[in-house]
Amino acid sequence: MYKILEARELTTNIYLMEVEARRVAKRCQPGQFVIVRMDAEGERIPLTICDYNREKGTVTIVFQTVGAGTKKMGELKAGDSLHDFVGPLGCPSELVDEPVEELKEKSILFVAGGVGTAPVYPQVKWLQKRGVNADVIVGAKTKDLIILEEEMEAVAGNLYITTDDGSYGRSGMVTQTIKDLVEEGKHYDVCIAIGPMIMMKFVCKMTEELGIPTVVSLNPIMVDGTGMCGACRVTVGGEVKFACVDGPEFDGHKVDFDQAMKRQQLYQTMEGRALLKEQEGTTHHGGCGNCTDNN
Amino acid sequence: MDVLKKVPVREQDAKVRATNFEEVCFGYNEEEAREEAERCINCKNARCIVGCPVSINIPAFIEKVKEGDVEAAYHIINESSSLPAVCGRVCPQESQCEGVCIRGIKGEPVSIGKLERFVADWACEKDVKPEGAKEKNGKRVAVVGSGPAGLTCAGDLAKLGYDVTIFEALHEAGGVLVYGIPEFRLPKEKVVAKEIENVRSLGVKIETNVVVGKAVTIDELMDEEGFDAVFIGSGAGLPKFMGIPGEQANGVFSANEYLTRSNLMKAFQEGSTTPIMKGNKVAVVGGGNVAMDAARTALRLGAEVHVVYRRSEEELPARVEEVHHAKEEGIIFDLLTNPVEILTNEKGWVSGIKCVKMELGAPDESGRRRPVVKPDSEFVIEVDTVIMSLGTSPNPLISSTTEGLETNKWKCIIADENSGKTTKEGVYAGGDAVTGAATVILAMGAGKAAAKGIDEYLTNK
Repeated sequence: MYKILEARELTTNIYLMEVEARRVAKRCQPGQFVIVRMDAEGERIPLTICDYNREKGTVTIVFQTVGAGTKKMGELKAGDSLHDFVGPLGCPSELVDEPVEELKEKSILFVAGGVGTAPVYPQVKWLQKRGVNADVIVGAKTKDLIILEEEMEAVAGNLYITTDDGSYGRSGMVTQTIKDLVEEGKHYDVCIAIGPMIMMKFVCKMTEELGIPTVVSLNPIMVDGTGMCGACRVTVGGEVKFACVDGPEFDGHKVDFDQAMKRQQLYQTMEGRALLKEQEGTTHHGGCGNCTDNN
Repeated sequence: MDVLKKVPVREQDAKVRATNFEEVCFGYNEEEAREEAERCINCKNARCIVGCPVSINIPAFIEKVKEGDVEAAYHIINESSSLPAVCGRVCPQESQCEGVCIRGIKGEPVSIGKLERFVADWACEKDVKPEGAKEKNGKRVAVVGSGPAGLTCAGDLAKLGYDVTIFEALHEAGGVLVYGIPEFRLPKEKVVAKEIENVRSLGVKIETNVVVGKAVTIDELMDEEGFDAVFIGSGAGLPKFMGIPGEQANGVFSANEYLTRSNLMKAFQEGSTTPIMKGNKVAVVGGGNVAMDAARTALRLGAEVHVVYRRSEEELPARVEEVHHAKEEGIIFDLLTNPVEILTNEKGWVSGIKCVKMELGAPDESGRRRPVVKPDSEFVIEVDTVIMSLGTSPNPLISSTTEGLETNKWKCIIADENSGKTTKEGVYAGGDAVTGAATVILAMGAGKAAAKGIDEYLTNK
């Protein structure tokens, strides 16, 4: 069992948890993830690492409630425990292996979409600790969905916030801000984009036009997260890769996003069903239109 | 009673069992077991012992069954095997102990597997535990992986007095016994969990959720965590795909994924939080035991199931008993058939599998007749789910993060067959991680040999 030391809602449906996980905290690097199972009946859910404290032996995760599993997890409080917490999984960000001197020469741009702000944070923090100030664009649908703003402000070179509806910061999509920054005379050697698949796809389209090499962190469906099943397979540059062991970060200009997005839909109806059952319990009588379960 | 024939074992009716996940075979009761035990002629130079990869003293335990002293029979088995309830169920006895039984020359061999199963189930019911070491020797061994190889190695070392810790990547111990082999062949609560509990009762500690190579390396286990030796039994869990067009479509799964969802995550149960595609019409590509398990699982989830295999029935690598069970349950075999493309609909979902017909040509290097494509034989089987069961290979995670541990071109760890010794001092390996995908009992044999190797190494050190 893995004890939760802190649990709070960052904003509607987005939660942060600091969890005691000695082995993970000792070895994890920016870019890696964990798999969490809430209780003995729960499914295995991949979550990105937002922060870690090696001395305390803790790992901080941030998750958005999208289905029945994460919704139930959002109800846990400090003092509760998670049944399983395994990691660090996946490859660390390539930045971690680059000599610091070379990193300092580079102009790096991070683009974070929604809850994707969480996995961007440890990378920016890691760089800042080594004297590399990266620019960060954080985008969300609306003001209320912006998370970790203060934390990011503290570690980013320049922080640009943009909301789709213009309720906060700049107005429009993250792609618009990328374009604006370049037009304003900014130059970037590399872009790292993490967020919803659709956002990463459009960021890649934009950076391809602008000639900026781009890394994305993919979030396909996973089961074991150790390379034994291939549920998370994606096509990158015409080759099949398992995101859990070969990634999750890949060259964004080579990823087949359309296929990856289709594969994400795989269990959509089943997830919807599970959520409805959870929310409506015995009052759910097939109102979702797909559900034949009349319990 | 016909002494030339095995006492028949009771089974669930094929039509009924095709709709549930209950165990197919009921096993012997005490009376049937004793009757079958009587058929053993207690050979002096018992060939069955040689046929058993862990050398169980078979005639001796069968004698005890004859006498009605099942507890004594259990302890005899346990001297050699830590997982008798598993082995009695999943070993391919026809090519091992029973394959060489003298009784089999004229008539049917003694039903050794079913007798072993009976003894183990009896002990479980009566709560008889294996006997552990009298004294601890203070030396520590780390075992990577809690599958059949790791559990056996750990059990044997614990019996010799070692302080053993198993590191398991998944949230539950058992390896292929929990994620691979389905409930209807190997019940998880009743059998696997109990046998793992027995290994624990010998003093073995099991730490789950530790991916060796990620959370900790072999070198760290030895240098920082104070282990005197390490056994690697990490298996061969990396699935193979065919590389044909359409393989990334929605509805195409590796057998590992499909079986892990169903077995480990219990997706077959109503109300499970982990989803599984039930499918209306399923094609399972491949002909091994894993293919049979995947096919029979899909059938129980309600689908019409086709096993698509490129050679003929004779070459099916699966156990004869499994193929027989699958057929009884209504699995359709499309033999001499090879997929060339997976067809999809406009939404990216599987709509069919394009195949070609094959015929058998001259034997290849392996001695099996090579399948050759029949010209102009392309046809389509309409399916909505495809399960790829083409075999697995070892995961390179451990070998790539351990200094000085050599592998061969198939990424299998190089280890001595008799001692499990690898190219790195103090590190031993066995099971599928060394041989590539094989059987439960061979992995157990390797775990046993490595335990002996480790004991010799640490005793002489």
